[in-house]
Amino acid sequence: MSAIDPKTQANEYGLLIDYEFCTNCHTCEVACKKVQGLTVGQFGIKTLEDGPRKLPDGSWEWTYLPLPTDLCDLCAARVAEGRLPSCVHHCQSGVMYFGPLPELAKKLAEKPKQVLFSR
Amino acid sequence: MAINEYNKDLYKEDWRWYEDGYEVTRTSVWTGPGCHNGCGVLCYTKDGKLEKIEGDPNFGYNQGRLCLRCINMVENIYNNDRLKWPLMRDGEKGENKWRRVTWEEAFDWIEETYAKICATIKNEYGGIGPEGIVVLSGTGRNAMWHGAMVLRAVFGSPNIAFGFLSADSCYQPRMTANLLKEGDCWILDASQLHPDRYDNKDWKCPEAVLVWGNEPLASNPDGFVGHWIIDLMRRGTKLVVIDPALTWLASKADIWLRVRPGTDCALALGFLNVIINEGLYDEDFVDNWTYGFDELKQRVQEYTPEKVAETCWVPAEQIVEAARLYANAKPAGVQWGLAIDMQISAMEASAAISDLVAITGNLDVPGGNVLVRYAYNSSKKYGCGIEFISPEMLDRRIGTDQSPIHKAGYTPFIPPDLLLEAMENGVPYRPQMLWVHGTNPIANMAGDAPRVYKAWQNVPYTVVCDYYITPTAVAFADLVLPMAMSVERDSFRSWWQPLRSITQCAKRYHECKMDEELVLELGQRFNPGFFGQFEDLHAFLTWMINDDGHGVDYDYDELNHRVYDWWEFNETYEKYKKGLLREDGQPGFVTATGLYEIYSPLFDVWGFDPLPHHMEPFEGPYSTPELYQEYPYIYTSGHRHIGLFHSEHRQLPSMREVHPTAIADLSPEIAEEIGVVEGDWVWFENKRGKCKQQVHIAPGLLPNLVRARHGWWFPEKQGAEPVLFGVFDSNGNNLTTMGVHGPTHYGAPYKSTLCKCYKVTPENDCSPSEIVTQKGGFGYVSY
Repeated sequence: MSAIDPKTQANEYGLLIDYEFCTNCHTCEVACKKVQGLTVGQFGIKTLEDGPRKLPDGSWEWTYLPLPTDLCDLCAARVAEGRLPSCVHHCQSGVMYFGPLPELAKKLAEKPKQVLFSR
Repeated sequence: MAINEYNKDLYKEDWRWYEDGYEVTRTSVWTGPGCHNGCGVLCYTKDGKLEKIEGDPNFGYNQGRLCLRCINMVENIYNNDRLKWPLMRDGEKGENKWRRVTWEEAFDWIEETYAKICATIKNEYGGIGPEGIVVLSGTGRNAMWHGAMVLRAVFGSPNIAFGFLSADSCYQPRMTANLLKEGDCWILDASQLHPDRYDNKDWKCPEAVLVWGNEPLASNPDGFVGHWIIDLMRRGTKLVVIDPALTWLASKADIWLRVRPGTDCALALGFLNVIINEGLYDEDFVDNWTYGFDELKQRVQEYTPEKVAETCWVPAEQIVEAARLYANAKPAGVQWGLAIDMQISAMEASAAISDLVAITGNLDVPGGNVLVRYAYNSSKKYGCGIEFISPEMLDRRIGTDQSPIHKAGYTPFIPPDLLLEAMENGVPYRPQMLWVHGTNPIANMAGDAPRVYKAWQNVPYTVVCDYYITPTAVAFADLVLPMAMSVERDSFRSWWQPLRSITQCAKRYHECKMDEELVLELGQRFNPGFFGQFEDLHAFLTWMINDDGHGVDYDYDELNHRVYDWWEFNETYEKYKKGLLREDGQPGFVTATGLYEIYSPLFDVWGFDPLPHHMEPFEGPYSTPELYQEYPYIYTSGHRHIGLFHSEHRQLPSMREVHPTAIADLSPEIAEEIGVVEGDWVWFENKRGKCKQQVHIAPGLLPNLVRARHGWWFPEKQGAEPVLFGVFDSNGNNLTTMGVHGPTHYGAPYKSTLCKCYKVTPENDCSPSEIVTQKGGFGYVSY
């Protein structure tokens, strides 16, 4: 990817998250804190948990979902330099994608259990 | 190769460049922080200070990804609690009083103390002298060869042990079983041996993986990044997870076998029963490359799925289904873990699982379990410096004569359980100094930690090399030496693949020394005849990586410039067919028969059962039914936190925000039975001792199982005794054992013992740390 003017970002770029494979490794949370210099208790992205819950057929549902907060600016400064947002760069499961919303919307249709966050 | 598309102008493949006022160094990191991996990073420094760090997208191993340990690197290096200069004890042991000394003074003290120790061993025990010094090592990190070299090449002692890791119960049973059966160790093939990873043409994605006794996402074991399992799942790999707990991976598995702790060998034999009796094994491999199949065929008849179901508390039909899934998948792999080591049947279980891999034709094939060696065959690990030890001195090793596998040289270690006995009873001699090189035993790996604490009082001298003041340092150390962390060090990593540079890019914090410098400088004092040949550190490191002609043929600076060097041997499959394993160049394995030894002639010679067999856990519902009445829950210790490593990182605010305290798993059934809710504190107690941890109610957990957390101490609490950073308050090892193991001397029941569990109340609350440090412990119970 090439450098992006941060001013053009609002409502144009977003994060696509394939939550099927989020393991709650906390990498996105802390990678974000380091970039933004956030103190304990503050998050730019926070992982939510559902489950584990036993389903009627005996299988288990256990899902984590990283949720960008109001402090997330999609790493505007990093993106302006031509880098990926730090959470995307470092995600251990590789489940986060950054890009223009129309492109991500196409990717969203490619597999189930994904969500698209706009900003 | 990379997961995302990265900007190639910013993420270069050079080893060092300059941008925006930063010096950027591309290298790998390994210790500290502790871990088993060595991921690729880009270090951004200004004026010798690390400002930020990112994952290197141009290294297939981690592909830009990082875990909390590296992400918190800056916070760790410049943490004000870090040791800044050498400290000499300036009060009684346990008082946490220190005075600052220079390295020169520290070395003088070591030299004077060395002379005293040699005199004591000579005069009181009729020994040689240096064997009075014992090096304690922690788990496998970039502090392996350093302690070994200090021990052997500097001091000339033969005694190195894990830091009271009872019966070497971490990877040693699995590695040793591999070495005995096929002469080399195997690992699951997630294409990590190829630089182009999942794009590699020779590699195949495993159709199925058995995740056995392992939580890879949290533990990142033994050179295997846990999230590679996710990469495989995304490529269609089916999982069979064998775990008494519902891990996140278990919740996603095609089959989850909720096995009773300590019965893995029986389960493996049950799988083998199904696979052999249904003819699902690889006949070609069995006929041409194995020894003793018929004996195994006979043995597994005792392990029908129905019988194994009773032993393992797993339904028989699940055993059959899982065995078929694994055997029919081509290729299929095993990702195994620590839980296999932490039972008295550790060696037997490891042998049986090795047999599974072999007879299904998954040994050394793409996407199976591949045979690996340290990159460029560099053998310089825990065993390094052995050439400095005379045969006479080797015979002075503590306890080695009591274990055939140790005596035969399959391990460079002395048995930690027998070291403890020598400390207690002075036989064959009382160790005079414990040189603690990067381990914090009483917070972490020591079984029956209160017993170790007590015995350690008998040792006159202790030196601790570490990053922070630890409970071990406060309780025992005379001298504490501050060590440099990864990005402050010049070093290398050859654990599996590839050979990696570890290039110093940040100035050392205050007066910290690299482990490598410590070896060299101490060596120049104690053994100038050898260490005098090195004009500087890089010359010494060149000697290390050249490895007497076994290693690479270039110098250390060249390695820094290459960053990564992928060794062709480790990229090659079916090496046994190609004559690549044996020194004689013949096809086959490095065993006496040249074959994969299903039936182990060596075990036969040593008086062990040459075939795997199940042994009931040391304490359990069937082996000690009366005890089970009093202590009705199965107790496992060592439950890992994702992102933390053993007893490290408790000083870091960003880590403590994620993992605030010792939070244990209780089944919903136990929580209801004893009347506790999420967030309550409970006591775990058995006849050896007790500890308290906070409750997490874990759905899916085996109903009568509790999982105690691992490695907790509290740097925020008082260091001086009786508090001692609260090291015994939540210590899961107040309940575990020393001196209990299977016949091979490998495998202790850290993960298969018994306890009772009840709520902490104002009436029963107390400080276990005070009980251990002031009141003589919980009352030692002999077995």
